[in-house]
Amino acid sequence: MTTFEVVQTGASASGGPPVTQKNIPHRGGEANPSAKALQEKYASSIKRVEVIWGETVVYIEPGVVHEAIRWLHDDPQQRYDFLSDVTAVEYRDAGVPIEVVWHLRSLPYRRFLRIKAQLPKGAPLEIDSVYDIYRAADWLERECYDMFGIRFRGHPDLRRLLMWESYKEGYPLRKDFPLRGRFSRSEQLRQALAQNPEARYSMEELTIADAFAELPEDMRDRLNKGERTGE
Amino acid sequence: MGLTAPAEHRTVEYVPESQEGWAATRLDFLVNWARANSLWPMPFGTACCAIEFMATAASDFDLARFGMERMSFSPRQADVLICAGRVPFKLAPIIRRIWQQMPQPKWCISMGACASTGGMFDNYAVVQGIDTIIPVDVYVPGCPPRPEGLIYGIRMLQEKVKNERAADTRTRDEMEPDPSSQLYIPPSVIDELGEPFGNSVNQTRSGL
Repeated sequence: MTTFEVVQTGASASGGPPVTQKNIPHRGGEANPSAKALQEKYASSIKRVEVIWGETVVYIEPGVVHEAIRWLHDDPQQRYDFLSDVTAVEYRDAGVPIEVVWHLRSLPYRRFLRIKAQLPKGAPLEIDSVYDIYRAADWLERECYDMFGIRFRGHPDLRRLLMWESYKEGYPLRKDFPLRGRFSRSEQLRQALAQNPEARYSMEELTIADAFAELPEDMRDRLNKGERTGE
Repeated sequence: MGLTAPAEHRTVEYVPESQEGWAATRLDFLVNWARANSLWPMPFGTACCAIEFMATAASDFDLARFGMERMSFSPRQADVLICAGRVPFKLAPIIRRIWQQMPQPKWCISMGACASTGGMFDNYAVVQGIDTIIPVDVYVPGCPPRPEGLIYGIRMLQEKVKNERAADTRTRDEMEPDPSSQLYIPPSVIDELGEPFGNSVNQTRSGL
């Protein structure tokens, strides 16, 4: 039986109850103490630290991100136990690298940290998945892969999330993607209508595993070979 | 027996003292009258139009006045598909399957700008009008239409139902487009005609 630790928000935070900050400057101000701790631990891999609108942004080398997030999650002085977002940013300027962004929150210390890794456009867009640290990364990384084409190494099931799985037009949120897609309307409609509406879920997602023994024999055979529904 | 031909073909003549227990009418009129006043809608709500649709069904506007007492959340018991909201390409095979699951006779109302034309969502993800997937009887304009607008569309559909002929089954035949017909325009040509100025299929927002 799994036991859970109840986390009291702000239990380890110094100072009193949270106050809403006023007159926050655009740039500058007090940085999240975790940024300094990261700089001490991963000195050369931390490219720079910015404070924008009171929120700390730490730029980390792509190869070190997974290790750093693991440390932020495990270290008793950090305890970033909540991953609120994984996304990416592509800038209009073709020379600027694509940024992968993680939003981390520490409930006990009541801290928010934004981590960015820059992926140059020439190389394959790949970075380590944080799925083994946060299960919440599952769909967030799938969406990021779907929209930007960034491959997360180590993700157990990296498929498209919003677009259908056989979508062939590319990655819609990339800057070189035309607003109306690459194909003509009739071709888009033809491909969309060719989809099988029931082929969207894997057997695991349908939680059919519980009823496996009651399934017909031929279906069990097919599922044992890894087939998905409706395909 | 007191059977008299109706004075006007869409009326029921009933004189109680001379025709005790009898009424005479056209079968078409009777069938269509029954159908038009007991349309069960299959709500296919995907966006803000569905909020207006819910308001239409609620007590202020009271869709039940027009025989739509029961929302049919199963397509197999539905008469009219009301598509309220934008339909992305991912939903295209699903709305087509829902339409195919509905038994004849069936009708379709396209509610709002997005369902009718794609509306402001002229992008890679949204179907440019559900009439590219399923046949539509009534288009209700608006973004979203007010409940009065939807009720007006429903009244128009009822008019259409009341003018159908039971003997003429051709209106109920489901036909695939026939390329040998002179009226047939291939989808690629429709694409070309439907393009706004310039080849904006290849446009990019950033100019890259």
